[in-house]
Amino acid sequence: MALRELSSLEKSLGLKKSNKYSTQGDGKVPVLQNSKGPALVGLVTIAGHLVREAKSPELLGRTAEQRAVVQQWLEYRVTRVDKCPKEEVKVVLKELNEYLQDKVYLAGNNFTLADTLMYYGLHGIVMELAIQEKEQYLNVTRWFDHIQHYPGVRHHLPPVVVLRNRVYPGIHH
Amino acid sequence: MKLFVSEGNPHCLKVLAVLELTGVKCDVQHVNHEEKVVPFLSRTVLPALLLPTEDYLFSTNAICQYLSETSGLGTGEDSSQWLEWEATELQPAVMQALHMMVLHGKAAHASQALEGPLGYLEQSLSKRNMLFLTAETVAVTDVILWAALYPVLTGSLLQAGELKAVRAWFERVNLLPACETALQKVFKSKELDVLKGFLHKQPNPLIQQKDNQSCNQPEQMEHMMTPEEIEIVAETWSRGLHSCQEVPERQHPILPQEGKRNILLTSALPYVNNVPHLGNIIGCVLSADVFARYGRLRGWNLLYICGTDEYGTATENKAREEGLTPQQICDKYHAVHSSIYRWFQIDFDFFGRTTTQRQTEISQNIFWRLHERGFLLEDTVEQLRCENCERFLADRFVEGVCPHCHYPEARGDQCDKCGRLINAVELKEPQCKVCRQTPVIRSSKHLFLDLPKLESDLEQWLDHSMSSGDWTGNARHITRSWLRDGLKPRCITRDLQWGTSVPHPDFSEKVFYVWFDAPIGYLSITANYTDQWERWWKNPQQVELYNFMAKDNVPFHSVVFPCSLLGAQDNYTLVSHLVATEYLNYEDTKFSKSRGVGVFGDMAKDTGIPSDIWRFYLLYVRPEGQDSAFSWADMALKNNSELLNNLGNFINRAGMFVNKFFEGHVPQIVLQEEDKNLIAQVDWELKQYVQLLDKVKIRDALKCILNISRHGNQYIQVNEPWKKIRGGDNDRERAGTVTGVAVNVASLLSAMLQPYMPSVSKTIRHQLQAPLSCASAMMQGAGSFICSLPPGHSIGTVSPLFQKLEADQIEALKKRFGGQEPERRSQSEAVVKPTGSTLTDKASTGTDPERAKQLTVAVAEQGDKVRTLKAQKADKAVIGEEVTKLLELKKQLAVAEGKDPSPKKSK
Repeated sequence: MALRELSSLEKSLGLKKSNKYSTQGDGKVPVLQNSKGPALVGLVTIAGHLVREAKSPELLGRTAEQRAVVQQWLEYRVTRVDKCPKEEVKVVLKELNEYLQDKVYLAGNNFTLADTLMYYGLHGIVMELAIQEKEQYLNVTRWFDHIQHYPGVRHHLPPVVVLRNRVYPGIHH
Repeated sequence: MKLFVSEGNPHCLKVLAVLELTGVKCDVQHVNHEEKVVPFLSRTVLPALLLPTEDYLFSTNAICQYLSETSGLGTGEDSSQWLEWEATELQPAVMQALHMMVLHGKAAHASQALEGPLGYLEQSLSKRNMLFLTAETVAVTDVILWAALYPVLTGSLLQAGELKAVRAWFERVNLLPACETALQKVFKSKELDVLKGFLHKQPNPLIQQKDNQSCNQPEQMEHMMTPEEIEIVAETWSRGLHSCQEVPERQHPILPQEGKRNILLTSALPYVNNVPHLGNIIGCVLSADVFARYGRLRGWNLLYICGTDEYGTATENKAREEGLTPQQICDKYHAVHSSIYRWFQIDFDFFGRTTTQRQTEISQNIFWRLHERGFLLEDTVEQLRCENCERFLADRFVEGVCPHCHYPEARGDQCDKCGRLINAVELKEPQCKVCRQTPVIRSSKHLFLDLPKLESDLEQWLDHSMSSGDWTGNARHITRSWLRDGLKPRCITRDLQWGTSVPHPDFSEKVFYVWFDAPIGYLSITANYTDQWERWWKNPQQVELYNFMAKDNVPFHSVVFPCSLLGAQDNYTLVSHLVATEYLNYEDTKFSKSRGVGVFGDMAKDTGIPSDIWRFYLLYVRPEGQDSAFSWADMALKNNSELLNNLGNFINRAGMFVNKFFEGHVPQIVLQEEDKNLIAQVDWELKQYVQLLDKVKIRDALKCILNISRHGNQYIQVNEPWKKIRGGDNDRERAGTVTGVAVNVASLLSAMLQPYMPSVSKTIRHQLQAPLSCASAMMQGAGSFICSLPPGHSIGTVSPLFQKLEADQIEALKKRFGGQEPERRSQSEAVVKPTGSTLTDKASTGTDPERAKQLTVAVAEQGDKVRTLKAQKADKAVIGEEVTKLLELKKQLAVAEGKDPSPKKSK
């Protein structure tokens, strides 16, 4: 899963040569063997490395504040979204929904790596949502639809259908 | 910038130590563990940093990195890896260990939890052989890991005997002044106690909290009732069915009866040459069917009429396409419609058609009456006529150059390029679409219905009907906006062959325009059902007329048709209740026959999903009040959660208990307060259901059914009859009562389901051997829950009612019916590869940029050729031939470019 994600990320970053990844441990943590130094371990670490390789540091944030926000959501992705127990899914969606209420992207007005990795991480969850739930987490759905249509992001994942009409307008959260 | 921290929180240790280490200036505020600082998070998360940008950082490591970066220390890839490891591997292990150790006193378990991460750390440290994690000098990473491990490595909490390198590193960091200061602030030397305080507020990492309240279940409305009210309901319930008579069989012809509520119910007549899609089905025939079935249960004297609308241009067109006569087309498709509706269990009293002798008689009669009373006007209309085909060309049968933008393929009514509306006679170089000849302009005399003259009568009637009847919001709105814009005379005649002929000698070549003709179909179809049709249609005193339709049909039913009937002055029954639905979409797009998107009536049965399930889901998402959408995933979810787990589960359990514990006989029932509460709750839902359906709120009423089974499931769950049956006498009596009440609720559900899922309802009734009369008995008046299966009643064999819809099954169906990629489908039409100037047919699917390039060139060349020929004033037939080739090439180009080649069709 994480490996396909990384190869999609490479493509969307426009990296020419693709890397070989392996995994370690029960958690299948991705590992990148690096010819220049020790192996890189962990999705966020490797993704950050790829972004620097691609000379797109702005994807990690343009200011110190934005870089911190990006890091925070990358961490949220690997600690809260990944292996999220069923009962927690709604908490995660609710938090993201409230956070995204007044934002275009996770780091505010700029698209960053946090959007890409969060999108990959949430895909399985959003796929499973009923229409009614998608409407309940309207901000997440809007953001998700936006990111899946962001040029070059979607790659290995099927598109998730997002309805333009509200089916259950009575629902408020 | 402001930092929020709390006492005894090891995460705060991290940030405070880093703050000391980096020397960044920042307000620090101490708050309680429970204090909610970050507005968007569901739980309290501390520490939190309010950035100058007004954003909150709630991730401890992100805060530390930020502090480090602003101080100029920075963080590298190496530290990023440690931090990720800390967050994903170490932190969960530490939290688990602390819980076991501090709250449960199980140190051994704690060591076990930490074994992996500590081992890894030990290995890394000894391999690198540096003083600190990433270098010989201390970095933010060291402080973060130190703080994370502090609670477990310090003091006597854990014997980490073998971890030499870790111990040495830990001590080195521990001695830093920054760490000492931070420790003072967070733990104030009474470590264990404050740590406990912190841990108590954290979610338990060991036990996953069970929270089964699915978020897609509507919040249950608990209705409060007084004990007296509950007592009355319970008494009514216990009295049972005795006083009810048997339901009489339906006997045709159904005619209005004195002293009964006489309801004439129509569903908009589906146009014959289209196979109806799910939206059409829910929009009229299915909605009307639910109401008809409900009305019959309520004991109303009700007649449900529908049929196919068969006259008009579109039928002629279709006939030409298929090489049949219009009558043959109508016969063919009428049968298709009938069989679709039969499969959906639409229980019409009569399903007729408009191409009958009765239609001619009644239309012509209404026409003459309007004519005699001066409600018809004569006017001349300029029209295009194709001398070659010997007919006037309907708008869609003519093409030409747009007078506005010079687009060469503008249609008779509208230009696809500039979008402007066009009057067909304004087209430059018009062409008959059938034979490609140039039509001529002919003026033709037509008759108009003088709507302005009828306007005041109409308004008077509308005021009355809308105030006394149930008109849906959209029906009222659309009607009012039509009246506000002012009514204009409307042409009622057409230069066509396939229609009801106009009886006036001056207009003998013409037929009635379908809008005038089609609604009269309701009358003629009734007349084909019974000779005494006028007892329904000329009897406004006794009869209430319900019209069901989708919103696009409203003006014809609320304005135009009533004007015809009012003008005829023959005491016609006009609509009392106009029920219009909004549109149903398919997934996130429209149903489209030409693109093969969506489920059409004839395909529904091929899915293997029973008709009742289709009915249920369509009614569950009925576009009532706003547009809605059909979604496969949602259908599967509703089937599995609502039907299988909720409704089916309850009914099945109730029946199983009777069979398993009481040899198939309903046991003795001794009602306790709890049972009476349930009965009252169920009774209240039933009354809601009746109220809602009386107002044709079909979708809302369905929710009442599901609420009842939810109550029922809860009732069984709490009372556990399967346990009590093995207990003492009291317990056994409780088990009996609970089972008896539950199986009676199941019987009620069978009755309430009858309008929605007739087969399922019948199956339940058979399984429970419930009396046929119980459904109508419980739906008398305001509706009341009655014990219909008294103690001693024996039930039949019980089996599951619903089947799970599996994800892969649904995925396959979704693929099959388009939805995701509608553009790629239905383009398997012939695609041509140009080889020189000869064209060879070759099937292809999908886009082909190479071919598109070739075709673009071919189109340009062919276009030049046509223009040259036209400039030379060449023979029309020759030009026509070349134009045909050009159009064909354009179509192929569109296909190769992945566009939809078919021109947009209008109805």
